[in-house]
Amino acid sequence: MGFKEWMLAFHVLSAFSLVAGMTLFWVLIVVGRRVDTPAGTLRLGPVSKVGNAAVGVGMGGTIIFGVYLAFAVDSYAIWDGWILAALVLWVVGGGLGRQTGEAFLEGPRKAMELEKAGQTGPNSDLLALNQTSKGLVLHAATSLVVVLLLIDMIWKPGA
Amino acid sequence: MSVLAVVRPDDWNFPLFVHVLGAMILVGGLLTGAAALAFAKNDAKLLRLGFWALMLVSFPGWIIMRLGAQWIYTREGWDDVPSSLIPNWLDIGALIADAGGLVLVITLIIGGIGVRRLEAGKSSALLKATLVLSVVLLAAYVVAVWAMAGKPN
Repeated sequence: MGFKEWMLAFHVLSAFSLVAGMTLFWVLIVVGRRVDTPAGTLRLGPVSKVGNAAVGVGMGGTIIFGVYLAFAVDSYAIWDGWILAALVLWVVGGGLGRQTGEAFLEGPRKAMELEKAGQTGPNSDLLALNQTSKGLVLHAATSLVVVLLLIDMIWKPGA
Repeated sequence: MSVLAVVRPDDWNFPLFVHVLGAMILVGGLLTGAAALAFAKNDAKLLRLGFWALMLVSFPGWIIMRLGAQWIYTREGWDDVPSSLIPNWLDIGALIADAGGLVLVITLIIGGIGVRRLEAGKSSALLKATLVLSVVLLAAYVVAVWAMAGKPN
């Protein structure tokens, strides 16, 4: 197995890490919609950190190894339409993902405020933040972009 | 030409997409389940979340991955190739996919019993075993992805 094949393997493993992280966040979004207590909200924090790490490794790995492959493989060029499309989708997905993270951070922030104030019981404002439809729509949009990236990588339109 | 630059016939792409998407969902479920079980300590809600992530995400992901695998295997014509000529990367992927499926079912059975015991106020030891098995599965599927992507030999 040559160096380029190793780079391809890391590129694909990074894509798996990205989708695994996003899948984890889907589970947390579904579970979080019924959580209305500070403790219940903060309980999901360590799990979400694993998701953040997976998405971070995935985003970094896909772009670093992907751009390397675009230059290293003779029949690919960075200006190929499907590679440019992938770069655009990666940037769009990254931007949407950042906004998704911000939307879903409001719940844990509120939970910490409530805990500091000694309010440990159910709270309707906290439930509303955990059920954020803005975050849900943003995560769905990010997921759609990632699926489009996967389609682009498999079909390689124009290659 | 390197295998890296090979463009597949168009009618192979959809079965491959199904296979890869299923595998990604499988790995996502394993990561979620393992993370929830690992951070649960004795928190019943996180322990249950870990088990249900394995059951409702990983297991359907495995089925989609395996169906996609058989579809692309047949479409690529490997059914007609003598087993001595099947490349190592394909053998590694198939072995891990099938053995991993068996281990996943065992993991779900152990986890299911563990959740029932938890609800009866008994020990969460079986869910610790579920955690160990899900981490082993995660590691095995990382090897499978490496083999399928890098295609050693």
